Amino acid sequence: MTVLLEVTNLRTEFNARAGLVRAVDGVSLRVSRGECLGVVGESGSGKSVTFSSVMGLVRSPGRVTQGTIFFDGRNLRDLSSEEMRAIRGRDIAMTMQDALTALNPALTVGEQLAEVLEAHDETLPSSGSARRAAIRDRSVEMLGLVGIPSPDTRLRQYPHEFSGGMRQRIMIAIALACRPKLLIADEPTTALDVTIQAQVLELITDIRERLGMAVVLITHDLGVVAEHCDRVMVMYAGQVVEEGPTDQVIGQPRHPYTRGLLASIPRPALRGQPLTPISGQVPDLVGLPPQCRFHSRCPLARPECLVEVPMRDAGPGRRARCLRLEDVE
Amino acid sequence: MTLLRVDGLSKEYEARRSLAQRLTGVPRSVVRAVNDVSLTVEKGEVLGLIGESGCGKSTLGRAILRLHEPTAGRVTFDGTDVTALSPPDLKAMRRRMQIIFQDPYASLNPRRTVAEIVGLPLALHGIAEGEEARAITARVLERVGLRAGQLDRYPHQFSGGQRQRIGIARALVSNPEFIVCDEPVSALDVSIQAQIIALLLELKRELGLTYLFISHDISVIGYLADRVAVMYLGEIVETGPVDRVLDNPRHPYTQSLLSAVPEVGPRRAKARVRLQGDLPSPLNPPKGCKFHTRCPLAIPACQTLAPESRTVGPGHVAACHRLDENLTLLEGAR
Ligand SMILES: Nc1ncnc2c1ncn2[C@@H]1O[C@H](COP(=O)(O)OP(=O)(O)OP(=O)(O)O)[C@@H](O)[C@H]1O
Ligand SMILES: Nc1ncnc2c1ncn2[C@@H]1O[C@H](COP(=O)(O)OP(=O)(O)OP(=O)(O)O)[C@@H](O)[C@H]1O
Ligand SMILES: [Mg+2]
Ligand SMILES: [Mg+2]
Repeated sequence: MTVLLEVTNLRTEFNARAGLVRAVDGVSLRVSRGECLGVVGESGSGKSVTFSSVMGLVRSPGRVTQGTIFFDGRNLRDLSSEEMRAIRGRDIAMTMQDALTALNPALTVGEQLAEVLEAHDETLPSSGSARRAAIRDRSVEMLGLVGIPSPDTRLRQYPHEFSGGMRQRIMIAIALACRPKLLIADEPTTALDVTIQAQVLELITDIRERLGMAVVLITHDLGVVAEHCDRVMVMYAGQVVEEGPTDQVIGQPRHPYTRGLLASIPRPALRGQPLTPISGQVPDLVGLPPQCRFHSRCPLARPECLVEVPMRDAGPGRRARCLRLEDVE
Repeated sequence: MTLLRVDGLSKEYEARRSLAQRLTGVPRSVVRAVNDVSLTVEKGEVLGLIGESGCGKSTLGRAILRLHEPTAGRVTFDGTDVTALSPPDLKAMRRRMQIIFQDPYASLNPRRTVAEIVGLPLALHGIAEGEEARAITARVLERVGLRAGQLDRYPHQFSGGQRQRIGIARALVSNPEFIVCDEPVSALDVSIQAQIIALLLELKRELGLTYLFISHDISVIGYLADRVAVMYLGEIVETGPVDRVLDNPRHPYTQSLLSAVPEVGPRRAKARVRLQGDLPSPLNPPKGCKFHTRCPLAIPACQTLAPESRTVGPGHVAACHRLDENLTLLEGAR
């Protein structure tokens, strides 16, 4: 499979009142064409900032200070904001975490779809009426694709006239309108109920298979990753701590943090057995010393761990950021 | 011994009307958030309550404690009819029945210190005051994993998990026997969630507590509940011992809910029931069986006739017209 997105050594910082927050620190990742990459990690671990950086959407006081972001052969960091705008929506689309508020309440769903198509779809006819008809057809098609019944009447309605799950699907329809090569879905189902969540995730998987699109699925739910992603990357305090094929990472986690996460999930099979939660809390990202960021919570920590730990090979197609990998095989 | 008994409990809210709607005489409409619910909780057990957003879980929890006055029905706690209690008697009863709220951010008064928040029930119930109250508060805080040195801090100085610990301390301080846990871990990250669940189970064992544990997370309920009640649009559609309901769900809604839960673990071909459509509006609920608009097994009778609850196994009850046919969506999907 050919590589579509390759991020190397990305660093994104925020100038906050408390000091410099290194929200993303040395993140490298790769997404192949047609593949689904899951990104998991606790709140504040840098999932959203990593991919906002890829999209060129980090706003002041934030700044990407280091790294390369190659997409389809071009380093996105070298592009002008004009060029980036053309890529967003056409080649890469991202549905935001707060999708329910990201829709414009003052425009109908049809108007919002038309806006994206107008801006990015070069296959549309140029003349007025043929163009309008084509936009309409495409909009109806997209709403139908995401399972909104009677799409032609629904186009005329405003976001508040739809339920939460439907609004999420409309966000996805808008993101997919230009058939991007890469869809970044930031917590697309967090606010939804399980039955609606299942509908939305199946929809994304279905469209991915039909359009051959690559997907980055950001979530805090390891169950979602297990069922929908080919590969997974686990983030902790601004860094990737483990990545590899989903079945392997979940079946035989190598990093103590990944192990801790999996052991924390309550499930019926564990009834009567105590959970083994990770003790303590996520560290403050301000002024972190260059050493393993998990060591204060890590059951395997040793004095040697107080150094900067690189990503290390952890088996075929797998890497993890831990000095004690050999001890947890 | 049955500690809590709920009979035919209902709670209606009046739906908000805009000024224009009032002026033009749009009639008042009511949301039947909880509709004729009956259940029991045994002393020392955890009854799990699951269901989707808006189905009425929090309303039921609050109506049981009369934090929201029920519109109809009766709640009996340890032999006392709670619904008939006068305000002073109700206040005394509240010492024994407490609640932990869903949102650790919104449920704590930002202008009060932890000592004031956690100590309030002590003053309210005349249990202790001054230095004595402070000492009790410090002890409870330590019991839930906070430090006594944090007594004079404000809620915003704590993380989400710590705030939930404060909420638990506030519920515990009056030595209750029964606690409604309203999604106490839903807003927390996985690792913190596990810490809080472990704490709640430990407290239950040590203090002999009884919980009504509300959650939309079936894995959490499967892990910690003894029995489970499944709610849909204000009604309980199925109840039973947790292993029976999870392994052999009989109501088609329970079946589809269970099949939608994504699971960690080896990927296996899982039978998945796709529910069509969204949750209907509680303002205008379907007639007959409320689930019929999304139910793959619905027959014409379901549109007009509400099904009665029937026993389908030891302690296992479900309300569906098609129970006798032993249909299961799960096999059909395989
Ligand atoms: N505008 C900002 N100013 C200062 N710090 C910020 C800003 N935006 C994000 N951060 C910090 O960057 C870190 C990473 O945030 P990010 O939103 O990427 O986390 P996340 O992994 O997506 O978490 P969640 O699961 O809660 O969405 C956090 O510690 C956050 O406080
Ligand atoms: N104070 C209120 N006034 C009017 N309607 C209300 C009020 N509180 C709740 N409702 C309505 O009652 C129904 C049940 O709400 P409730 O909060 O009990 O649901 P829930 O099952 O706890 O949902 P969630 O999982 O989202 O917490 C909903 O339709 C809700 O909109
Ligand atoms: Mg995020
Ligand atoms: Mg609720």
